[in-house]
Amino acid sequence: MSDPTFASKDSRGWWPRNQMRVAPWLFLAPGIAFFAVYVILPIFQSFQISFYRWDGLGEAAPVGFDNYRQLFDDRAFYVSLWNNLKWLLLYLLAIPAGLAIALFLNQQIKGMRLYKALFFFPFVISQVVVGLVFVWFYNPAIGLWNPLIALFGFAPMNVLGNPNTATYGIIAAGLWPQIAYCMILYLTGLNAVDPEQVEAARLDGARGWKMLWYVILPQLRPATFIAIVVTVIGALRSFDMVSVMTRGGPFGQTRVLAYYMFEVSLSEYGFRMGYGAAIAVILFLIMLVYIAFFLWRMWRDERAG
Amino acid sequence: MRITVKGIAAALAMSTMLAGTAQAELNGNLRIFFNDQNPAPKAAMEGMVERFQAMHPNLKVELTLIDREANKTQIRNYLTANAPDVNGWYAGNRMRPYVSAGLFEDVSDLWAGPMGEELASTKPALTLDGKQWGVPYSYYQWGIYYREDIYAELGLTAAKTWEEEKANCQVILDSGRKCYAIGSRHPWTTGGWFDYLNLRTNGYDFHMQLTAGEVAWTDDRVRAAFGKWRELLDMGAFIDNPTAYDWQEALPFVVNGEATAYLMGNFVVAPLKEAGLTDANLGFYPFPEITPGIPRAEDAPTDTLHIPAQAQNKEAARAFLQYVASAENQTIVNEVLGQLPINANANVGDDKFIQAGFEMLSTAPGGIAQFFDRDTDAEMASAGMEGFQEFMMFPDNLDDILNRLEAVRARVNSR
Repeated sequence: MSDPTFASKDSRGWWPRNQMRVAPWLFLAPGIAFFAVYVILPIFQSFQISFYRWDGLGEAAPVGFDNYRQLFDDRAFYVSLWNNLKWLLLYLLAIPAGLAIALFLNQQIKGMRLYKALFFFPFVISQVVVGLVFVWFYNPAIGLWNPLIALFGFAPMNVLGNPNTATYGIIAAGLWPQIAYCMILYLTGLNAVDPEQVEAARLDGARGWKMLWYVILPQLRPATFIAIVVTVIGALRSFDMVSVMTRGGPFGQTRVLAYYMFEVSLSEYGFRMGYGAAIAVILFLIMLVYIAFFLWRMWRDERAG
Repeated sequence: MRITVKGIAAALAMSTMLAGTAQAELNGNLRIFFNDQNPAPKAAMEGMVERFQAMHPNLKVELTLIDREANKTQIRNYLTANAPDVNGWYAGNRMRPYVSAGLFEDVSDLWAGPMGEELASTKPALTLDGKQWGVPYSYYQWGIYYREDIYAELGLTAAKTWEEEKANCQVILDSGRKCYAIGSRHPWTTGGWFDYLNLRTNGYDFHMQLTAGEVAWTDDRVRAAFGKWRELLDMGAFIDNPTAYDWQEALPFVVNGEATAYLMGNFVVAPLKEAGLTDANLGFYPFPEITPGIPRAEDAPTDTLHIPAQAQNKEAARAFLQYVASAENQTIVNEVLGQLPINANANVGDDKFIQAGFEMLSTAPGGIAQFFDRDTDAEMASAGMEGFQEFMMFPDNLDDILNRLEAVRARVNSR
């Protein structure tokens, strides 16, 4: 029997001939099928539903672009959009903060594993629990926040009840686990930093900020990239924190698009499916910009590599 | 999930069973989805089912308890697929989506009998499009629960009029306390305040027109009601930072005497007593009169049972609703619930607050409202209570709030 790869005259059956090409698709098939049914198809359904007025029970009535017209007239929508932007910008603070903690923890000290574990802890607990803990923390009657700021001479605050501070209060709660996540990404990244390069840079007189900026950070680029990706996605889909801590209140000032969509379509007073779908479409389009950039970069890197 | 699996199992059991011929004797299955898992309602419902089962030994009654909040979304699933024979819900406009979608059974035939007279007080609340869509088993009053001991200490008595109420409040404020506890983190609590201010300022008919979307929110009469609210806000009558608390988190203010009164439903009594208050220091009085001469109307949310249009055993379901409505059953059930029976022939428990509520509601000449979020369209209710919440924090935004609510009303009406 000759080696099959050298058989030029192919007298084998269809399967052995095409095995190499077909096998990956067979392995991918279940994933593709589920992705198509549960992700791709609903996207198009959302587009479709957004042109109807439908309470989820009765007949859906086609209304053309009415939902979108109403949306662009809806102050709650702009509040949500603006809050999403705040989330996006402030959430990115998790990256430098995570890096700082990672650099700080990247030392050979006895018991360092314990400290790392403690810093990572908030990422392990559920977002809902983090939200609840912060609700109690901010509670003006029993919470620790007001006694804490009183030490520095500040007047008591009603963080989550005041429309001017509530969103920042929720973002701060969200940052706690997000920083831990970025920290872990950077800690693994720091393990991969080439000690010889650091040594060489040190011989050349680099230290402090210069060392960080020109030697360490470039080697952490993959970690930074992933950190940005997960943080941006985390900010855009921020929902659980808002739902647990304020339910979008006071008077809707802490809503984000994802929460508004839920409130309009699925909450106690909601069931305006068409309007909810219109919000979903807008959120999707915003995310699409970011996803397109992400895919383009991946593609470029693949080609370069 | 558990419910669905159970439902499928029950449906399978039904399909393999031979359909019994129509007889006076009830048989087959009767599946009931009840929307409360709290101890008292659970006990009340289980007792109801047990007694009904004993009357109809050939019928297999199966009770499923669903969490109160979860039921608000699950009802949409179970009414459209695999419906039970009886389900729990609420009276008023809250029935509207299911009535419009044809998912509730018209039970006007039950109301046409003597039952209609016994339950007459809530007939309007169960009526949509001229037909009745369910049967009430209990309701409870809203009103002002207050610290009798602190009132006595300050030499005050429960107010009958708005002027007295404000004068009392001033004394309370001067003593270093707040007049009213409220937690508006979940803004429905503000709906109670608006309901009463509007009912007392403009009367029941106007309130029902407003909640039905027939009057503009920018109407001067609406502004007048908000004006009364503003008087209290300007005095600083409410606890600070109500948006930081939900209604339970605001209870300690009353228990600790930092606030002397709480406008709430009767369900507030149980947690207040658990926290240490007793009949001796906790009192109740109806919301005081504002515009003299207006017939007094009250908020009394009614809990109801309905037959889904897709129910399998409607004959047994009707018999069950009839039993639910009976004076005997309503007496027992509301004794357990600590609430008020609707059947005029039922006996009222001898609890102090139940008695006070019965006295207040049975002598209310104006009418019985359900509650803001049960009387209004859902979208309007949500926007409205959000507006009330904002008004309590920024009373100066009133024009803006009312214009916004008016825009929502116009949109809801245009559907």
